[in-house]
Amino acid sequence: MTGRKRFNYKTKEGLQGYIFILPWIIGFIVFTAGPLLFSFAASFTNYNITSQMDFIGLKNYEKLFADDQLFWTSLYNTLYYVAFSVPITTVGAILLSALLNRDIPGMRFFRTIYYLPAVLSGVGVYLLWMQLLEPGTGLVNTVLAWFGIAGPNWLFDPAWAKPALIFMKLWSVGGGMLLYLASMQGISKSLYEAAEIDGANAWQQFIRITIPMITPVIFFDIVTSLIGGFQIFQEAYVMSNGEGGPVNSLLFYNLYMWKKAFEAFDMGYAMAMSWILFIIVFVLTIINLKLAPRWVHYEGGGK
Amino acid sequence: MGKIELNHITKTYEKDVTAVKDFNLEIEDGEFIVLVGPSGCGKSTMLRMIAGLEEITDGEFKMDGRLMNDIPPKNRDIAMVFQNYALYPHMSVYDNMAFALKMRKFKKEEIRRRVTEAAKVLGLEEYLKRKPRALSGGQRQRVALGRAIVRDAKLFLMDEPLSNLDAKLRFQMRAEISKLHHRLKTTTVYVTHDQTEAMTMATRIVIMKDGVIQQVGSPKEVYDFPANQFVGGFIGSPAMNFFEGLIEDGAFVTHDGIRLALPSTKAQELKSAGYTEGTRMTMGIRPENVTLQPPGFSGESLMPIESEVIVSELTGAETLLYSKLGDQDLIARIDSGLDLRTGDKVTLAYDMELAHFFDSASGERLRLGEDAGISI
Ligand SMILES: Nc1ncnc2c1ncn2[C@@H]1O[C@H](COP(=O)(O)OP(=O)(O)OP(=O)(O)O)[C@@H](O)[C@H]1O
Ligand SMILES: [Mg+2]
Repeated sequence: MTGRKRFNYKTKEGLQGYIFILPWIIGFIVFTAGPLLFSFAASFTNYNITSQMDFIGLKNYEKLFADDQLFWTSLYNTLYYVAFSVPITTVGAILLSALLNRDIPGMRFFRTIYYLPAVLSGVGVYLLWMQLLEPGTGLVNTVLAWFGIAGPNWLFDPAWAKPALIFMKLWSVGGGMLLYLASMQGISKSLYEAAEIDGANAWQQFIRITIPMITPVIFFDIVTSLIGGFQIFQEAYVMSNGEGGPVNSLLFYNLYMWKKAFEAFDMGYAMAMSWILFIIVFVLTIINLKLAPRWVHYEGGGK
Repeated sequence: MGKIELNHITKTYEKDVTAVKDFNLEIEDGEFIVLVGPSGCGKSTMLRMIAGLEEITDGEFKMDGRLMNDIPPKNRDIAMVFQNYALYPHMSVYDNMAFALKMRKFKKEEIRRRVTEAAKVLGLEEYLKRKPRALSGGQRQRVALGRAIVRDAKLFLMDEPLSNLDAKLRFQMRAEISKLHHRLKTTTVYVTHDQTEAMTMATRIVIMKDGVIQQVGSPKEVYDFPANQFVGGFIGSPAMNFFEGLIEDGAFVTHDGIRLALPSTKAQELKSAGYTEGTRMTMGIRPENVTLQPPGFSGESLMPIESEVIVSELTGAETLLYSKLGDQDLIARIDSGLDLRTGDKVTLAYDMELAHFFDSASGERLRLGEDAGISI
């Protein structure tokens, strides 16, 4: 074999590929992998942004598990939020897209309306919702009052603060709805016709055909919203003025971590927290991936 | 039981697209009806109206005397095989076949019995656990059939079920469907645009064009006595040859002046039917009725014409000879005995006894003598 031959077409193509993504690789190393490794190392220190950075072994982790009640509170709050918001928004998005997946004139209008909140996310929306949920004068309780229902104190009531947040999330299911809608429109019409002749009613068609056919999107949605759910921060920060709400009911994991990092400047501690969250989310995602083949149906897949 | 009546069925889609016009047909129990016609002629629309997937704009559809127009599909006791099979991709072969029975709340053992039975008939026993995507086209087709036969429905509807298969499989499945029909004797309405399928499978063929029935009859009837030029040209492969011309002095004369003498009886019949000298008409003759003139042989009805071979196609036992009659194209189907080349001169004999004549204006076939009494 000659020297020229060794540098064959495939290798050359591969090399060119790497050159093209070089900017990203550099970015990844500098801005992602670097901080990642740094935070891992720093989680075993008492780093506090100043020059102090002594190795203290597993002390941060020990303290977290052994004597930090707020750590457990924030973990509980976050799990509560994920456990309710993920199923509720998933089911909500699926039902909404099923409703909007019809050939009725004017349907585009409704699709736009329901998608709008997904575009309008951000701090403004949270402030808007704080007004809507205002116990005395807010629109929500005013409407409830019309029906003779005395609305709760929402964000000021430890029992209602988290449900209020989940309620607000439900308002913006439009993003998920769009995914489901696209996937539903990809289902061949003849499947429904076959099912109709086979004797399935509308509900049976939905359960037996629509749902199984959109399982890849459901899976994607659950995985991403689970990961996103654990990262809830902005909403709680804005709506509780960075305090964590009444009786710490809105003190979510990331909010607590933020407070540790940027209010107490206990960076090493916050980094230890972030690694615990990473492990929780990582394990849940692995479980998700392992369970997927049992219920997710891939049309084209070889498995 | 499964007598079907279709009376004056019309389908108009929005924007005034009339897909089916005044469709009338009575189907006896156990018949295998094939709806055939060119693309867009309304075959699928007709079938979908019977299935209940499409609303009937006008007319009556009855099954065993009962008006079905407003009965939902699931209560019509009809099974349907779709062109793209429409198998449920997320269900196993077994579940695909069992689905309709489950929806109808059959007992588990009964479902198993029926599905196993159907799988045996269709040779699908090994594949019951597989998903449709792990099957070949022919196997998927069988599952689609299986899904229909487990139902034991009164009426089978099939919309071009073989059009996605390759030629060999199509041939094989055609025979299997015919066999299945002989065995089950379920009334069947089968849609295709392939006239060979129609000819080989049908007890009666319904030929449609632009939403209108052109002719209904057994394969032999529509082949031997096409109602009009369209049917003559549509049924049979290669298609019937058509020549423009007129009747003159006991002969058919093409528009460029070639004389084809008519047998005296035929000439007489034309005359007594009122088609006199100078009437413009179209002559149709099937490729197999144009043969090589055997040397020294002649009969009264055989009309020899010198022609030049343009292309000769050997298809196996027979050869298709492309030539011209005057300036009009001609295909003759002859035995493959002779090795003919482009440019060879041959004498082709036109069997004028078997020629058809069509009214040039309306396209209707002229009813003469022997078949004047046969209704279409
Ligand atoms: N949903 C619809 N809306 C409007 N026009 C339609 C609709 N479905 C069919 N048509 C029209 O009705 C006519 C008949 O269509 P149909 O599908 O019945 O034809 P076909 O005979 O089955 O043709 P093919 O052999 O191509 O399947 C066509 O002109 C078609 O464009
Ligand atoms: Mg069709």
